[in-house]
Amino acid sequence: MAAPRIKLDKKDVKKGDIVEVKALVAHTMESGQRKNANGETIPRKILNKFTCTVAGKEVFSADFEPAVAANPYIQFKFRAQESGPVVLTWIDDDGSKIVGEDKITVS
Amino acid sequence: MTLMFNRRQALAVGTGMAAALGGLMSPALAKNDSEELIQKFTGGKTPTEGKIKLDLPEIAENGNTVPMTVSVESPMTEQSYVSEVLVVTDGNPRAGVVTFHFTPQSGVAEANTRIRLAQTQNVIAVAKMNDGSLFTTSKQVKVTIGGCGG
Repeated sequence: MAAPRIKLDKKDVKKGDIVEVKALVAHTMESGQRKNANGETIPRKILNKFTCTVAGKEVFSADFEPAVAANPYIQFKFRAQESGPVVLTWIDDDGSKIVGEDKITVS
Repeated sequence: MTLMFNRRQALAVGTGMAAALGGLMSPALAKNDSEELIQKFTGGKTPTEGKIKLDLPEIAENGNTVPMTVSVESPMTEQSYVSEVLVVTDGNPRAGVVTFHFTPQSGVAEANTRIRLAQTQNVIAVAKMNDGSLFTTSKQVKVTIGGCGG
């Protein structure tokens, strides 16, 4: 699995600044609605949960349904409080995780 | 006189047809579970219109990936913040799209993702504040090529 692509609009920030996060991860997000050539339904397999923590604190999360497009893209903002890692985690239907990381420095 | 009568008849038939069509169409659209999902999210309360904004294209050429931005006008402090935003559709085989969970550390209640739309339909967003108040908005998107792989 390819590593997720994560982009923060700024990394050296003042306390209280708003940081924008853009993240893209490669995943088919199989909806469970499609049928294969033999007419059998292809089982659902999507990333159903996304979480972002900054310096160990959860700032944003999302529950995905099959109506989220393939290669899910997510964009959101958070208020910088302290320096630390920005950890993005996606959880697959099969329980596996895709984790991406960046960091911010708060001055 | 005869003309008049014919016109009335025609009108009556027309209205009847429209009603019949309407009757046929609505159950087909109401088949998905959007209302149940909203009910579950709001706990039966009726959300007020406003404060929340859905940014979606008027016409989506490809229903497989439609960019969507949801934003809620609200301060994001420990005292007052947007805790959750539910997004559903009324024309997809399954209504649920995404639920965003915000925190006071979010700073701004705004998120963007790309969604699938199977056909022309309404996208409905409901925001829940930390004090339990609810706000809603909806937007119709015309879809040229449907996006659930069917």
